[in-house]
Amino acid sequence: MDAYEKLATKQAWALAGGSTSPKSAKLLENKLFVRDRIKLLLDGEPEFEDGLLAGVEKGVPADAVVTVIGTINGRKVAVIANDFTSKAGTWGYQTFIKITRFQELAASLKLPLIYLVDSAGARIDEQKLCFLGRRAWGNIFYNQVKFSGLIPQVCVLFGPSPAGAAYVPALCETVIMVDKQATAYLGSPRMAQMAIGEDISEEELGGARMHCAVSGLGDILVKSDQEAIEVTRRYLGYFPQSYSDKPPVHPTVEKASPPDLSKLIPVNQNVPFDVKLLIEALADDGSVMEVKALFAKEMVTALVRLGGMPVGIVANNSKFKGGVLFNDSSDKGARFIWMCNAFNIPLLFLQDISGYMIGSSAEKAGIIRHGAKLLSAVCETTVPRICVLVRKAYGGGYLGMSGAPTQPDAMLALPTAMPALVGPEAAVNAIHFNHIQQLPESERTAFIAQKREEYSADVDVFSAAADPMAVEAVVHPNELRDELIQRFRAYSLKKAMPFEKRNAVHPV
Amino acid sequence: MKSIKSPMAGTVWKIVKAVGDTVDYGDTVAILESMKMEIPVEADSAGTITRIVAAEGDVVDDGAVLVELS
Repeated sequence: MDAYEKLATKQAWALAGGSTSPKSAKLLENKLFVRDRIKLLLDGEPEFEDGLLAGVEKGVPADAVVTVIGTINGRKVAVIANDFTSKAGTWGYQTFIKITRFQELAASLKLPLIYLVDSAGARIDEQKLCFLGRRAWGNIFYNQVKFSGLIPQVCVLFGPSPAGAAYVPALCETVIMVDKQATAYLGSPRMAQMAIGEDISEEELGGARMHCAVSGLGDILVKSDQEAIEVTRRYLGYFPQSYSDKPPVHPTVEKASPPDLSKLIPVNQNVPFDVKLLIEALADDGSVMEVKALFAKEMVTALVRLGGMPVGIVANNSKFKGGVLFNDSSDKGARFIWMCNAFNIPLLFLQDISGYMIGSSAEKAGIIRHGAKLLSAVCETTVPRICVLVRKAYGGGYLGMSGAPTQPDAMLALPTAMPALVGPEAAVNAIHFNHIQQLPESERTAFIAQKREEYSADVDVFSAAADPMAVEAVVHPNELRDELIQRFRAYSLKKAMPFEKRNAVHPV
Repeated sequence: MKSIKSPMAGTVWKIVKAVGDTVDYGDTVAILESMKMEIPVEADSAGTITRIVAAEGDVVDDGAVLVELS
């Protein structure tokens, strides 16, 4: 065999991965082979690949990871993809060398980096070269942290990502998980059985649905490999190539049939409504992409386009838990805000908030520090930011949801808004408590009702608008979309950078 | 035994289903009053209601069982 034949043979062998082995046939029943995933994700074949022949001499095709550059809708991206048919996608020495080199390449070229993860973890038999030293598996996480906020890092979890490898999704800003295939846990079910005597299935312990609905590790739950890839392609369309660019603007998609929003929003402030309907009505048709839809549903975080421009929406959803802010909703909001701010995506807050959760269990769980985290994320943003008061805007929740003192570019209000330190029920109780106690029982109800009405009239939106520092404009809901588009176009002209300092000490 | 639990601390304002009713995922079974809001409690699984555990007016904590399903 001459050198050219040798090359062709070795290339062909590496490209096939383990896909032709009999063991892989079963694995490939519900999954796509790594190179098919890559081809679907990109606009076609990759432009080039690094390290195809790594691992070939020891019999592990590509050392179980494929690293390529290609394009998505014409924009360059870097892809790192585990090959689960090659030694179960495990990490060995050349694997982490390939991964870390590619992370560094993506960062130096300022390209979005997509991790297609499907790996049984680290190879114990290669630990001596790979675990302890300065050049070791841990460099993968070190690089993820170093490049966080520099380039978009998206993890698509197709299969397992156990133990240390679970930090790959955790350190990406976005994680897309395939239902019933993806798993992540620090200790396997067998380990849980051995160490703490817990008998639990893999799916319950670290399945995709659990992570997307309960733990919050997952952002988007999908049904298949194909859907995961389709979602990833669409998702990256909201992002710039790196922190130093602006996100791509599409042509405006006008509303085919704009609904009458004055009928959608209940006037009775205590009656819940699904804020997703409002988001759909405001955004360009077909542009809403919800993030963490199954987690902490009392808050909605969504990427949308407004007049073609990507915008991140943070909205209270009174349909779930009254839209009250809890620890998880504060986490969800803060992380989404950090992500949008890092990548120049303007922020829109839709506020309908009766407050942060109160009571002993919320206090013990640390609602104050979690609430402070949301507030701190809001206060630190430098991207264009608009807050719309939809209905309730009470107390600390008003501030955590981008109230006027947190310096948004604009505070807008619908005529249904009711901004106040507290609602009428609590206010009347606080102000008139002693007097109510002294009144005869028969007169109390009427007195309370009258005082609540007076209070409500006093704190309505028009009194807020009369103070020009509180609300820039009161807008009819049917005119809100146009108002937002005009304002975001103007505010996107601003250039603001954070103060120079080492780092803020964030509440968590 | 499946059950539907309170999503947060509050007062049970209305139980809108009765023993023997079948419920599907997403059906409202009760309405809480909490933080001055009406909080619909939705079924997170399907089944037939076998027991109403909480009564209207009860003060319940996060995670308290409101109804049981078969």
